[in-house]
Formats: sequence, C-alpha cells, structure tokens
Amino acid sequence: MWSLDELSAILASTLRLSAPLVFAAMGGLLSERSGVIHIALEGMMMVGGFVAAVSTLAWHQPYGGVVAAMIAGALFSLIYAALVIPFRANQIIAGTAMNFLAMGLVPFFSKILYGNTGSTPSIDLVDRLHWGVPVIAGVALVALLSGMLARTPLGLWIRFAGEHPEALASAGISVKRVRFFSVLGAGALASAGGAVLALSLASAYTRNMTGARGFMALAALIFGKWRAWPAFFACLLFGFSEALQNRLQGVALPWNPERTIPGQMIQMVPYLVTLVVLAGFIGRARAPRAIGSS
Amino acid sequence: MKVFRPLLALALGLGLGLGVAAIAGENPWHVFLVLVKGAFGSRYDLGMTLFYMTPLLFTGLSVALTYRAGLFNIGSEGQLTMGALAAAAVGIAFPNVPVGWSWLLAVVASAAAGGGWAGIAGWLKAKRGSHEVISTIMLNFIAASLASYVTLEVLKNPESQSPESLPIGTSYLLPKIPGLEESPVSLALVVAVAVALLLGWILARTRFGFELKIVGQSESAARVAGIDVGRMQILAMILSGMLASGVSLGEILGSAHRFKLGFSPEYGFMGIAVALLARGNPIATIGSAFLFAALHKGTADLDIETENVTRDLALVIQALVIAAVSAEGLWDRIFSPRRKGQAQTVVDTKQGGATGVVSG
Repeated sequence: MWSLDELSAILASTLRLSAPLVFAAMGGLLSERSGVIHIALEGMMMVGGFVAAVSTLAWHQPYGGVVAAMIAGALFSLIYAALVIPFRANQIIAGTAMNFLAMGLVPFFSKILYGNTGSTPSIDLVDRLHWGVPVIAGVALVALLSGMLARTPLGLWIRFAGEHPEALASAGISVKRVRFFSVLGAGALASAGGAVLALSLASAYTRNMTGARGFMALAALIFGKWRAWPAFFACLLFGFSEALQNRLQGVALPWNPERTIPGQMIQMVPYLVTLVVLAGFIGRARAPRAIGSS
Repeated sequence: MKVFRPLLALALGLGLGLGVAAIAGENPWHVFLVLVKGAFGSRYDLGMTLFYMTPLLFTGLSVALTYRAGLFNIGSEGQLTMGALAAAAVGIAFPNVPVGWSWLLAVVASAAAGGGWAGIAGWLKAKRGSHEVISTIMLNFIAASLASYVTLEVLKNPESQSPESLPIGTSYLLPKIPGLEESPVSLALVVAVAVALLLGWILARTRFGFELKIVGQSESAARVAGIDVGRMQILAMILSGMLASGVSLGEILGSAHRFKLGFSPEYGFMGIAVALLARGNPIATIGSAFLFAALHKGTADLDIETENVTRDLALVIQALVIAAVSAEGLWDRIFSPRRKGQAQTVVDTKQGGATGVVSG
C-alpha cells in the first residue's frame, strides 16, 4: 500500500522524531540507574529548547546552542539535585515542581527577551541543525552510555548507587556525589534533547512544544527496562508513532472517502501508543533497587 | 512544628517568586501589592477569587485523596475535562429536565465520566503496573483531543465564532451567591466546601479512610492486614476523578453554561500545589485552595499592571511552594540541627506521602 518512497520517508522521519526522545531517555537512564527518579525530563527539555533557541538567535551557532542548552540544563538540575539529594524531597513531587518551574520560567524569560510569552523569533534556515546530526549523535550517545555503565569504574559506581548504595558507601565512594553527577548529567542530556527539538525539528522554541516528550522518554526507559539499547529502540517506536501521526494528516477515512480522519484523533496517536506500550509489554521490569530512596 | 512548615514554605515560595520578578526589573513590593489588590481589592475581585477557589478545591481534593493512598494523580486536568464535557453533553441533550433532577443528572454524568477516566489509570496501575504519573499525563493529552473533537464536531454551537458547545438547558444553571452576584461565583463553592468537610470525615473516621492510609504508608503492611491493595488503588483513582469532575459544577453549571475549549487554565495542575500545601488534608485544602485562587486571580492582573511580568509568575510561585513543602531535609535542618547525623543517613527507605518507584 505504501510505495518505497513513502516507506523511506517514514523511516527518515521516524529517525528524526526519535532523536529528542533518545537524548532525554539517556538522561533519564543516567539518573535512574544511580537511584534518582527523574520525572522532570520534560522541564529539562523545555529549558534546553528555549536556551538553545535564544543562544542560536543571538550568536548564530547551532552547536554552540546545543552546548548552551546542556550547560543550562545542568545548572537547572542543580536545584533538583539539591532538593532530592541533601534535602530528601520526595522525588516525584520535587520533579513535578521542576516541571512547573520550567513551564513558568521559560515564558518569564521569553517575555523579557522578546516581549511575548508564546514563541521565540524564527531561527534562520542556515542556523538550524541538519536532522542527521542529532540522529547520529544520539546513536553514539547510546553506545557510549551503555559502554560506560557496563565497563568503566564510573559506570560501576552509578550502578551501585542505584542498586546497593550501602556497599558503595562502605567502599569509600560518596553515594551523594555519584547521584549529583548523574542528575546533572541527566539534565544536560535531556536539555540537549530539547535543543534538538527547537533547532532541528522546528525553527523556534514555541511554548510547551515538548508535548510530553519527556514523559514518553521516561516510558521508553521503563519499556527498555532501564537498559540503553532497549530504551533506544523504544524511542524509535515512539518516533514512529509521531511519524505516523504526520503521515495520517489529511488522509481520507477508509469508510467515507469524502472526509479526512479528524485531526484530533491523529493527535492522540503518540499518547495512545505510549499508554498501550506502558501497560502491555513491560513484562517483569525491575527498577534499580534503591531508586526513590534518598 | 510540622503544622507551620506549609506556611513557611508558602512564604518562602512567594518570597523567592517575588525575587524572580525583581530579575525582570519589577519592584517586588509593587508586584506583591498588585497580587493582593487583584485578589481582594474589591467585592468583584473577591468574587473572582472565590470563583477560582471552587475548581481548585475540587482538584485539590482530587489530588489529596490519591496522595493519601500513596498515588500521585497528576491527571485531574484530563478527568475534569471529561467530567465537564459529560455535564455539558447531558445539559444539551436533555434541556427540559426539571430543576433539581437536572443537577443530579449533570453530577452523575460528570462523576461517571471523570471517575471512569481516572479509573483507566487506576486499573493500569493496579493490574498492569503502569506508573500513574506517566499514564495520567498521556490521558490528559488524549482527553484534550477528545474534548476538542466533541466540541467542534458533535456539540458545536453554529452561531458562535469561538470554539464552544451549544448552551445547556436553563434548568441546569446554579444560583449565585447572595452579595456576589456580579462575579461568576456560584453555589458550587458551597458544594465544594461541603465535599471537603465530608471527605475529611471519611478519611479520618471511616474504615475506608483508614485502609486508604495504610495502603499509602506501606503496601506490604496493607497486604499483611488483608487489604486488597489493587482494589484500593483503583477505587482511590475513581473517587479522585469524581472529585476532579466537580469542577464542572462551578464552570459549566455555575458560569459558562456551555463547554468552552480551554476553559481550564490548568486547574488540574494547580490542584497539585493546593493538595501538597495542605499535605493531603481535605480540611486544610479549603484554606490552601483559597490561597492559590488568590494567587491565580492576583497574577492575572500582572499582565496589565506591570511591564515585564506576566501571569506565568503564578507557575513559578506554585513550583517554588511545592519544592519548599517537599524539601523535608531542609526543614529538619532548620528546626532540629542536632539531628544532623540522621539527616545524612545514606539510605533512608521511608519517605512520607506519595512515594513510588517509576517501575512501569
């Protein structure tokens, strides 16, 4: 039913749309493997997307924009890390607070910088990221993280912080420091995902453009059982559902060629897929043992 | 001292929020005055604050109930959307129901829709292990799309330029509060307060409330005590959705008399802050809903009264209040610095309130 051209177009847009999710999911992986639940990936993506757009508009350096987004994400994560590590806040609640904070601060700064709270000015075509770059960088990141977690001393510390923090502490390594590092890294990576969204998939940062992608990344992480490559493939699945969403726009109803499929129904596709995936195929997923404890 | 922590957290959140306003070059004191004047400056302003208090009390109770059961329902937004849609739908479909029966019909339809919508997340949590935070977020987006479809394709008002449904039958309209007739606040507020008192009684005095609390504090202890944890979780979510659907009383029956797309300025999300400031206590939620309603009304005036600060400051303040309430360790350090050793325990497996491993 679909021609080869259409199939390759869907494949390309699947890869393109998955990239922001991959970055956010890898951020979540880092944080959650160290024992810190990260419900605030969404907020981190908002901050990253906005800062990337602002920086690129000012200096016309998209790569610089990504770096700026990562720095901003790490700094923003300092608040989250402080709340959940030394102050032992409930991680779900503190994460929700961080999402609200991002939702409020982005329009706040947008108003100061551009005089409106809706959208940044449009980024010139030449200053945008080519879509292939984040796709390749995303795959490299997955390989890097899975290798790091499996084979390096840092990876071992992170895994122990998430599974047996007492053992790590008795080996003389500070659990708190390992978790601080992981949470800051998670913020930087999720923000990079937001940057990809603003610089490569769109041409500006628009209010709430993340559209629950941070939560989808979290769902991908759970679906992938807290492992890098399986989480990556889950991101591809969600990316595919978004690609399908775009593809279905303007398509006629099978039983009534006069009318097209209602746009609202198409909008639901990625959220329905996430819901079904989260419910149906988890099997016996096991979270890191010490996750959620402070 | 625990009683004062929420108040201190509120002061801290508000103070930091005003500090953020200072970054934008506004005088924090001026911003504060705009907030107070906007919320209480006139009889009309007070009426608007009470109007906003109504939905916030319902969503606050909705979140508070699940919080007791150790769940974190951030799906009140979707549940209130479904509830309001159902209330509007029966009001349009059966416009000639006599007064009184009309209210009963609207409440039943609304509660069934809101409760059922939340029940999906409850069932997914109890039977499939889907974390309620993620599933309710997804359900919020799905509800928004559904509401948009139903409003624009099924219940559309052809005479209106704005995206809204046909008006509901006049027998559904709720009376206004005497003395505050010029503002949209209605008797729905009285209902909301009564529901809060009733819920406070249920949670504190009944077997159901007790079992809910045990499930919230320790699932394993609840199982040992012979409580069906999954059933309690589903029940808590359904009740929570029903509470959220109460928003339709003030918004659909009390003021707009139709379903307007985007009528809710994220009442569901604000309910999270309302419930957390009240620490999940339904009676305290009344006061908390009033405070956040005042904040919402006050910040709405920032758009016109200040150069650079908009109503989005409310989100920042809410976030800071939630963060300050949740930062247990911060308050422990302030109030009992000698217990420092305990505060530095590496693994503290017990956390108060809604804990939960995001385990799918």
